[in-house]
Amino acid sequence: MRLAILADVHGNLEAFRACLAHAKERGAERIVLLGDLVGYGADPEAVLELAITLVAAGAIALLGNHDEAAIGTGGSGMNEMAAAAIAWTRPRLRESHRRFLGTLPLTAEEEGCLFVHADASAPERWRYVTDGEAARRSMEATAAHVTICGHVHRPALYSLGETGKLTPFVPVGGAPIPLARGRRWLAVLGAVGQPRDGNPAACYLMLDTVPMQATWHRVPYDIAAAATKIRAAGLPVGLAERLFLGR
Amino acid sequence: MAVLMTVTRQGEDLPLLMKVPRLREGEDPAAIVSFEMEQMIMPRLSGPHVPRFVAQAGFETEPYIVMERIQGAPLSIRLRDLPLPAEEVASIGAAVADALDALHHQHVVHLDVKPANILFRETGEAVLVDFGLAHHELLPDLMAEEFRLPYGTVPYMAPEQALGIRNDPRSDLFSLGALMYQLATADLPFGEPQHLKGVKRRLWRDPVPPRRRRAGIPPWLQEAILRCLEVDPERRHPTAAQLAFDLRHPGQVALTDRAEKMRRDGFLTVLRRRLRQQEPRRRAFATARQIQAAPILAVALDFAETPEILADALRNQVQKMLANRPGARLACVNVLKSALLTIDSTLDDQGRNRHVQRLLELRHWAMPLGLPEGRVTFHVLEAADVADAILDYARANRVDHLVLGARASSFSRRLLGSVAGKVAAEAPCSVTVVRRRQPE
Repeated sequence: MRLAILADVHGNLEAFRACLAHAKERGAERIVLLGDLVGYGADPEAVLELAITLVAAGAIALLGNHDEAAIGTGGSGMNEMAAAAIAWTRPRLRESHRRFLGTLPLTAEEEGCLFVHADASAPERWRYVTDGEAARRSMEATAAHVTICGHVHRPALYSLGETGKLTPFVPVGGAPIPLARGRRWLAVLGAVGQPRDGNPAACYLMLDTVPMQATWHRVPYDIAAAATKIRAAGLPVGLAERLFLGR
Repeated sequence: MAVLMTVTRQGEDLPLLMKVPRLREGEDPAAIVSFEMEQMIMPRLSGPHVPRFVAQAGFETEPYIVMERIQGAPLSIRLRDLPLPAEEVASIGAAVADALDALHHQHVVHLDVKPANILFRETGEAVLVDFGLAHHELLPDLMAEEFRLPYGTVPYMAPEQALGIRNDPRSDLFSLGALMYQLATADLPFGEPQHLKGVKRRLWRDPVPPRRRRAGIPPWLQEAILRCLEVDPERRHPTAAQLAFDLRHPGQVALTDRAEKMRRDGFLTVLRRRLRQQEPRRRAFATARQIQAAPILAVALDFAETPEILADALRNQVQKMLANRPGARLACVNVLKSALLTIDSTLDDQGRNRHVQRLLELRHWAMPLGLPEGRVTFHVLEAADVADAILDYARANRVDHLVLGARASSFSRRLLGSVAGKVAAEAPCSVTVVRRRQPE
């Protein structure tokens, strides 16, 4: 099975479409949306419509912290720009959008993988997995051979061996990495809609399950169009500017 | 750390070898991780310089790797006949450097180059085996994180490897230098220290010059060996391909003080090195960067067909390609067309004069580039077909980029066929064809 896993779309329709098309060309059989469909970007409605269609066709979708905030049950502790974007997003969502987001689970399991938006040891707390310690906490809390999360917007891969040592690694776009059975793995996705690792191209993960192999893909998309919409919508300009920098 | 056995599989003609790790109680856990690493790397390698990967199973069942069994002998059997003549040391060294070049181009640093891990195919290519200590820069490095202690084979280990750096392809050149030293002198350059502390000595203590051990070793070979054994990777050959190039063209090796050195450095020099030791720099993606920074460029010049203005344009092009790449080197090539029957000895005299004349012309062409000795070499090839000669040269010397001029007149192109066209179509590397802009 070949899964295309997309995290942190954040209302960026251009990046979302580019990644879906890229994955389809490469034979993705199933789509997994790892949360944060909305927030930051100017197209929450269109992104949600597309996600609803994908889920109806068999895709898995999870809840992210921005999704939760947008339907009014979370969002405390967000920074100013994020909070402003949520305040802008909230009134734009239709009842069907809210209902869809309200049904999304925090985790899902499929093909021996655990999917979660943030730290798997306490998914509802939305803690970031940004270092080895956090990765270890997340891995030790579950029995999954491979855990896949987003939330951080920077790609990373952590491996936990028999000896208990943890290996961090920064994957390179387009280079497949085998995830051997003898150890446990935690893959952190880059963001589709707001990359922050210095590479402005959209990022998603293609996962082959037999044998288990992960490829982070980087997909160029029409950043100018997405940024123009953010500015026209009156969202904070910083949200448009950072897309060009991937910061 | 592992057991090897010959196996067969129905429908598979290739002789096969199965490698199974020993997993008994009390085995070093490094053995498991190193086997996992080999399982990640081997399926990603290709080409004649590695055993073909066939199949594997992971640690969820009984782990194994099945690969092609290389028929030829390992280099270790040659250790009985040491010292070897200089020509043989150079030809073994060049073959191993070719294999390392192929490996480095696949993002892998071997980190355990030693006689037992080098085999030769019946067709002559060196094959590198055992990737259990290797580093692949596009894969997580399990060995680096699991074990702070550097793994490797002590007599051949590069000093930076002893300090935990695992991604510099020039570490393999150091090991190959230690190996060539052994082949040429019958001695190991740094002995066989039993502890890591003893390995680190090579950070400041230089080896006895090979020529002091064996007077018959030519200066060019000592130059190549001692350059490989430089403590600072920046002072070694920038790439395995450039080392192979030097070993194949002994007459064109730029000789430095290394070539004439007859004794080890004095007490004060060694002390100064020891006190001034710096932590080596750690760089991400060092393997790919190092290779890209130091290509072998070759320019093919045809003086009969090249008007001055085109020769200028070619020089200009080459200059641009060399700019900001101090590791890059240039080979200037001219093909002397020989009729099929010039093997006849009566034509030798005239032939030799022409040969010398062409060399002078090549040097004259390259002079304005101002390249120091060692960065530029000159080669007059004799062949019946110019394009074939250039292509063979590029293949044999692992040239990264060929530059040549297009014939000026469409008449001669029609009559003689386009050399540039054939080279561009069949070259094993990038080709730049320089042509004068035609008048409207």
